[in-house]
Amino acid sequence: MATLSSLAYIVSSVLFILALRGLSHPETARQGLHFGMIGMGLAIVTTLFAPQVDGWVWIIIAIAIGGTIGTHIAKTIEMTSLPELMAAFHSLVGLAAVCVAGAAFYNPEIFNIGAPGDIKTASLIEMSLGLAIGAITFTGSIIAWGKLCGKISGKPITFVGQHKLNAMLGGALLLMIILLCWTGSAFWFWLIALVAFALGVLMIIPIGGADMPVIVSMLNSYSGWAAAGIGFTLHNNLLIITGALVGASGAILSYIMCKGMNRSFLNVVLGGFGGDDQASGAAEDFGDRNANLGAAEDAAYIMKNASKVIIVPGYGMAVAQAQHAVRELADILSKEGVDVTYAIHPVAGRMPGHMNVLLAEANVPYDEVFEMEDINRDFAQADVAYVIGANDITNPAAKNDASSPIYGMPILDVENAKTVLFVKRSLGSGYAGIDNPLFFEDSTMMLLGDAKKMTENIIKAME
Amino acid sequence: MPQDERTLTQSWENLAKTLQEAADSASGFAADAGTIITESGAHSEPFIITGITIFILACFVGYHVVWRVTPALHSPLMGLTNAISSVIIIGAVIATGAVSGSGFSSFLGFIAIVLASINIFGGFVITKRMLHMFQKKG
Repeated sequence: MATLSSLAYIVSSVLFILALRGLSHPETARQGLHFGMIGMGLAIVTTLFAPQVDGWVWIIIAIAIGGTIGTHIAKTIEMTSLPELMAAFHSLVGLAAVCVAGAAFYNPEIFNIGAPGDIKTASLIEMSLGLAIGAITFTGSIIAWGKLCGKISGKPITFVGQHKLNAMLGGALLLMIILLCWTGSAFWFWLIALVAFALGVLMIIPIGGADMPVIVSMLNSYSGWAAAGIGFTLHNNLLIITGALVGASGAILSYIMCKGMNRSFLNVVLGGFGGDDQASGAAEDFGDRNANLGAAEDAAYIMKNASKVIIVPGYGMAVAQAQHAVRELADILSKEGVDVTYAIHPVAGRMPGHMNVLLAEANVPYDEVFEMEDINRDFAQADVAYVIGANDITNPAAKNDASSPIYGMPILDVENAKTVLFVKRSLGSGYAGIDNPLFFEDSTMMLLGDAKKMTENIIKAME
Repeated sequence: MPQDERTLTQSWENLAKTLQEAADSASGFAADAGTIITESGAHSEPFIITGITIFILACFVGYHVVWRVTPALHSPLMGLTNAISSVIIIGAVIATGAVSGSGFSSFLGFIAIVLASINIFGGFVITKRMLHMFQKKG
C-alpha cells in the first residue's frame, strides 16, 4: 500500500511538471491545466486511502466548504483585481502551512515523526522552517493584498532602525528554533509563529505599491518553499517536489520583474522606493517647458491617417478598466487598414503578465501582443505610439540621464515613433516620482484625462 | 515565395519545439529517476538526505520548465502554481482523518483543508478563466 501511494504521488509530481510545461504556449496551456487538476485529484484521493485516515466525513465537509468558496471567488472576481486575488491566495497557502505544521506538532505519531513532546530533532527543525516560512507568507501576503487593493496606503512605510529590527527578529527566530528543538515545548512553537507573523508584516510594509509585481512573485515563491518545508516534515516527496517547482517558479518571476526594473532583488526587498501611484497632480512646477496638449479629435485624426500604430498599455489602463475601449479603438483602426499591435513591458501592471490577461479579456488576439524585446525596434517604423496609463516604462531618462533613479531600466522606445500620443490624468510624475521628458517633446501630444473616457472620445471622434 | 519561406520557418519552429519537448521530457525523467533511486535507498539513510536530493533535483526541473513559460502566460503561471502549492492539503487530510490522537490536531487539519481547498479550486478556476481568454486571431 505504501509503495502504491508513493507511486501515485510520483505520477502526481510528473503531472504537475507537465502542467507547468504546458504553459510554454497558449495552445498547450489548457491541456497543461488539466494535467494539473488530474495530478491534484490523484494526490488527494491517494491520501484518502492512506492507512492513517479512518474517517472521511470531516475531510469531505472541509473540501466542500473550501471548494465552494474558492470556486465562487474565482468565478466572480474582476480580472482587474487579479493581483490582489493572487496575494490573498498566497496568504491562504501560508496559513494552511502553519496549520499543518501545528497538526504535525500536536499529533506527530500519524506522520511517523515521534510522539507528542518527543519529536525527532530533524523533524522539529523541518517543521519550524515550514511554520516560519508559512507564517511570513501569510501576514506578508495580507499586507501585499491590502496595498494592492488600496486598503493600506501604497506608500512605503519606513522608520529608523527598520532593517536592524528585521534582522533581530530573524536572529530571534533562529534562536527560538534551537530552543524548540532543545525543549520540544509548545510555547516555543507558537512564539516562532508569532514572531514570523510580525516579521511578515514588517518585511512588506516598507515596499511601495509599484514594486508589488516583485513582491507578489516573491510571496508566490515563499508559498512554494513553505510547502517544501512541510514536505520535509511529513516525509512526503510530492510536497517537496511541488514546493520546489513553485518556489523556483516564483523566484524566476521575481528575477524577471527585477530585471525589468533594472534593480537588484535586495534593493526591492529593502524597500522605500517610490511613493503612492496616484500622481500628486497638477500643482507641480514644470518651469518654462511646454507640453503639447491635444484633444480627442486631434488624436483621432492622427491615428486614422497612420499606417502603423503601437499601443503601449500600463497600470493606468487597468485602473480605468479601459481595455475594452482600447480594443474597440484598435478594431476601428484595423478596419481602416491601420496595422495595430501592442507592446508589453515586463513590469507593466501589478503582477507578471497582468497586461496580457487584461488584453486577452478584451478579446485582443495574443498574436497581436508582443513583449518588449520583440517589438522595441518597430517603434522606429511606427507612425503613432499610443501610450495609455503607462509612464516610467517609456521614460527616455532611463537611457540618457545617468542621474535619474531609473537610469539603466529597459524601456519601450516609444520616442522613436513619429508621434507619441500620451493618455494620462495629469502631467504629474510616475510612481518613481520622476519627470518624463517625453511629455515636453515636440512629437508628443498629451491627452489629459481618464484612460477609458479619452479612448471612448477618440472612438466617437472617428465615427 | 514568401509563402514557401513561411512554411519553412514554420517547420523549423515545429522541429525546435519537438526537440525542446524531448529535452524537457528527459529532464522530467531524470528527476523521476532520481526520485525512484533515492526512494529505494531510503531504508539505509535518513529521510533528510533523500528529501534534499529530491528537493534539489526538483528545483532544477522547475528552473528549466518555468524559463520556457511564455511571458504572456505569467499570470496563469502564478494561478497554477498557487493551486498546486496547496498540495499541502494532503498533510491536512491525514491530520483530519486520523482517529487516534489529539482533537486539536484534527481541528488544525480541518482548517488547513478548508484554506487549501479555497486555493486549489480558486487557483484552478481562475487559471482556466484566464486561459480561455487567450485567443488567436480570427
